[in-house]
Order: sequence, then structure tokens, then C-alpha cells
Amino acid sequence: MVPESYYTALSAVLFSIGVVGVVIRRNPLVIFMSIELMLNAANLALVAFGHRFGNLDGQALVLFVMAVAAAEVAVGLAIIVAIFRVRRRLSVDDLSLMRW
Amino acid sequence: MARAAFFVLAALATGSALGLILKKNAIHGALFLVVNLGSIAVLYLMLGAEFLAAAQVIVYAGAIMVLFVFAIMVLIPGKEETGPDPRRAYRLLALPLGAALLLLLGGVVAGRLGAPAAAGAAGDAGALGRLLFTRYLFPFEVTSVLLLAAMVGVLLLARRKA
Repeated sequence: MVPESYYTALSAVLFSIGVVGVVIRRNPLVIFMSIELMLNAANLALVAFGHRFGNLDGQALVLFVMAVAAAEVAVGLAIIVAIFRVRRRLSVDDLSLMRW
Repeated sequence: MARAAFFVLAALATGSALGLILKKNAIHGALFLVVNLGSIAVLYLMLGAEFLAAAQVIVYAGAIMVLFVFAIMVLIPGKEETGPDPRRAYRLLALPLGAALLLLLGGVVAGRLGAPAAAGAAGDAGALGRLLFTRYLFPFEVTSVLLLAAMVGVLLLARRKA
């Protein structure tokens, strides 16, 4: 039997990798995938906690996170495609119009 | 046995996550993410969440990753991160900060798990379905509105020249 703290530790590792990925990459598609990574890390922690405390609320929450992630990916990719259509380049450093 | 399986899966998940953020080519990153999502699905199975494991494979590794690969193919990858990075110093700063975040998260999340509740399986897919259609009925219905709104929004965004 694997203790639940192993799962939460793995979840922390994956979340940190996702954060670093968001910061160091310039391609918005890879940034999006790193965000997916972070959402999955949070899901893993939720399932692990649910297993620990013996109820299903964590799993129900994970299902909602999945639905929101699906909606987020669809809208986000549409925005990226729309930006690409105007600029013909794909780097987050170009998008500085609203920068302070 | 379960412990060995966990460590293999954890190594797979961590390695593929690192591959995602370190590989220059976005399509390689997408394939690494598929590996990562698959290994997390197996971890769900080990935690007794069979329905979520299936949903993970279908929704994430299936639908969402197909969308990603499609977008990468449309947007001509491999030509956007070739030049020298003008903000390299700032980006390198992410590594120590990421390590600090990891320490912080590890301390919070792994250190104070609390006492386990009375042992016993939480329940199967049927119990999860009953929970979704009783206590979480309203959020469940709101989810359908959210998906509809996302669908309409994407159609609007993707339309050629409004």
C-alpha cells in the first residue's frame, strides 16, 4: 500500500514543473500545455486526499476540473489561432500591447 | 509491489513533464504530455478512482491532446523559439524560484496530511454518479452551460473576419 503523501509529493513536483514551464517557455502552446500539467497535478492531489479520507467529494471536484479544463483549452487555442492569424508569429514576448 | 509500480509511474510522469518544458519542439512536448497524462490515469486507478482514470484517458489524452496536436500542426511549430532569448536572465530566475515553490508545496501538502479516516474504499463509479446527481447536481448542470458557452465562444473567435 502506497501512502497518500507520496501522491501529494508527486503532485507538488508536477505542479512546480508546470510553473517553471509557464515562465521559461515563449511558445504560447507550450505554456498552455504546462497549465494542463498544473491542473493535472491539482487533480492528483484531490484524488489522493479523497482516498485518504475515504469519501468521493475529491473525485467529483476532479470531474468538474476536467470539464473546465476542456472549455479552457478550446477557448484558449481559439484565441491563439486568432492572434496567429493577425501577427503570423507565435511568441508571448510579442504580445506587449497592454504592458505597463 | 504497489510501491514499485508507484515509483515507476512517478518517474515516468516527472520525466515526461520535464521533457514537455525542456524540448524545443512543441509537438514533442505534446507527446510527452500524453505520456504524463497516461501515467496519471494509472495513478488514479491505483487510488481506486476507476471512473476518473477512464475519463482522464478519454477527455485529456483523447480530446484535449488531439486539439493541441491539431493546433500545433496548424500553427507551424519549430519557428518561434529559435532566436536568442532577449530575457534569458529573467527566465533563468525561474529555476531557483521553482525549486523554492517545490519546497514550499512539499512542506504544506506532504507534511500535514492529517489522520486518515476510517479505512475502507470510498466507492466505485456508481457511487460517484449518485453523488454527482444528488449533492453536486447544480454544479453538474452549470458545467453543461459552461461547455455550451465555450463552444459558442470558440465558434465566434474562429470565424473568418467578423
